[in-house]
Amino acid sequence: MLVALVAAGCQSSNYVYRWDFFFDSIFRPDGLIIRGVALTLFISVISQTIGVVFGVFGALGKMAKAPPLRVMAGFYVWFFRGTPLLVQIALIYFGLGVTGIYAWPEITPLGAFGKGAVQAGIVALGVNEGAYMSEIVRAGILSIDAGQMEAAKSLGMTFGQSMRRIILPQAARVIVPPLGNEFNNMLKTTSLLVVISVPELYVTFSYKNASGPMTFHPFELFLAAAVWYLLLTTIWGLIQARVERRLGRGVGGDAAPSLRERLFGMRSSKPDELPMISGGR
Amino acid sequence: MADPGRPILDVIGGAPAPADTATDDVVVEATDVHKWFGRLHVLKGVSLTVKRREVVVVIGASGSGKTTFIRCVNHLEKIQQGRIKVNGHLIGYREENGRLVEDKERNIARQRQEIGMVFQRFNLFPHKTALENVIEAPIQVRGMDSGEALALGEALLERVGLSHKRDVYPAQLSGGQQQRVAIARALAMKPALMLFDEPTSALDPEMIGEVLEVMKELALEGMTMIVVTHEMGFAREVADRVVMMDDGLVIEEGTPEHFFLSPQHERTKSFLSKIL
Repeated sequence: MLVALVAAGCQSSNYVYRWDFFFDSIFRPDGLIIRGVALTLFISVISQTIGVVFGVFGALGKMAKAPPLRVMAGFYVWFFRGTPLLVQIALIYFGLGVTGIYAWPEITPLGAFGKGAVQAGIVALGVNEGAYMSEIVRAGILSIDAGQMEAAKSLGMTFGQSMRRIILPQAARVIVPPLGNEFNNMLKTTSLLVVISVPELYVTFSYKNASGPMTFHPFELFLAAAVWYLLLTTIWGLIQARVERRLGRGVGGDAAPSLRERLFGMRSSKPDELPMISGGR
Repeated sequence: MADPGRPILDVIGGAPAPADTATDDVVVEATDVHKWFGRLHVLKGVSLTVKRREVVVVIGASGSGKTTFIRCVNHLEKIQQGRIKVNGHLIGYREENGRLVEDKERNIARQRQEIGMVFQRFNLFPHKTALENVIEAPIQVRGMDSGEALALGEALLERVGLSHKRDVYPAQLSGGQQQRVAIARALAMKPALMLFDEPTSALDPEMIGEVLEVMKELALEGMTMIVVTHEMGFAREVADRVVMMDDGLVIEEGTPEHFFLSPQHERTKSFLSKIL
């Protein structure tokens, strides 16, 4: 029955595949596609950066002693994790715009990409991401042994100094893997900005499907869009792996082996120089 | 273990006043200190005075409140009643109309600069090398310039016998080595008082000696110290005074000889019979 239906569905199509549209979109991208990819990357990086900053403050706020800070941070995380990002984007761009709270005028701080919708998109994605990062950063900070804060305090460091110099650098190691996943998500989530017509990667291919020489070839075009997203996320995956290796410093008991050590399998030969692992953590 | 050489107090430039003029100089003055953890009454009126250059060893069974007490001395724990003064200043609190009001964070941090602390679990910063651990606070807290801090850090590491480990991360050091770095780190702040919270309890037996050796030198040079420990050999050799705590109170206090030869309190006798 099902097979018959599928077969019927296949037969009824007289869709003509244009694989040249697919390959051209990948290997000979026009200016629109390049701009779309660049805009997706740009928005992702800025939004993620905002997200990390908001995340650190959100986490510290949620762990603060002062009740007002805890309540504010708690409300922030609750609201932005509890509502759909799509609603937040629309609220921030259309909602703030139409009421005149903030009309998103075009500005050109660095020359390029100053359009109001782009700014609104970056803010929406960044603030939303900050709520998720708050929880990630908080978990990272809580994973650090309480003795570290005590040691820092006993040396006369203030809370801020202890956080900045001792706790957060260690928490970063715990935070970076989930942060990498968040950025991977961010690269793809930018496509939601279609609702406020930001010409990022997805919207670019959507336009091409709607008008111009490639009109109504959604299979080839969106497959090409998928390949572009895969390219971005794959490159990011490689970068993430490198960063995580470098952050392992001082933890695994040993520095990463040098090339020579890798090739010849030799380390320092003096017996009393051998690393001794005991006690501690 | 540590090579004979420059006195540690000379290295940190903190040679205390000569013994004869300083004997009445009180560093720590705790009176009737009470502390509750929730409904658990852990300190029930502890009073203790420590003079400059004095080494006081605090002993007692686990749960007697000895660790909690020395953590109160640098305000890692809050107290609910009583007073703790270091160098004549209330620690962690201001007094307003006879009541304790917790001090501003910045003031507490400033007071802690004068009080070094060595922890049972070392608590070295794992993302920093031995030398970086030692120079972190002098640079960040005291604002020492990095050249001066490096010289101080290297001199201190040399005095605890670990110059050759200066660029090594804590995870690559043995427990005894980590604890010696931790002592150097605390000394780098040039404290007037050193607190040791069971500094050898987390160590393998063969590493205890090297840590005690450093502490002994420090004590003989005249550093004011409060040491929570079960190492009675150390107490006998180094302590000016031994304090026995039980159930949140100081129950007996005296010279090491007193404790070894004629302990008075039943709890002291039974405790000493178990650990000696």
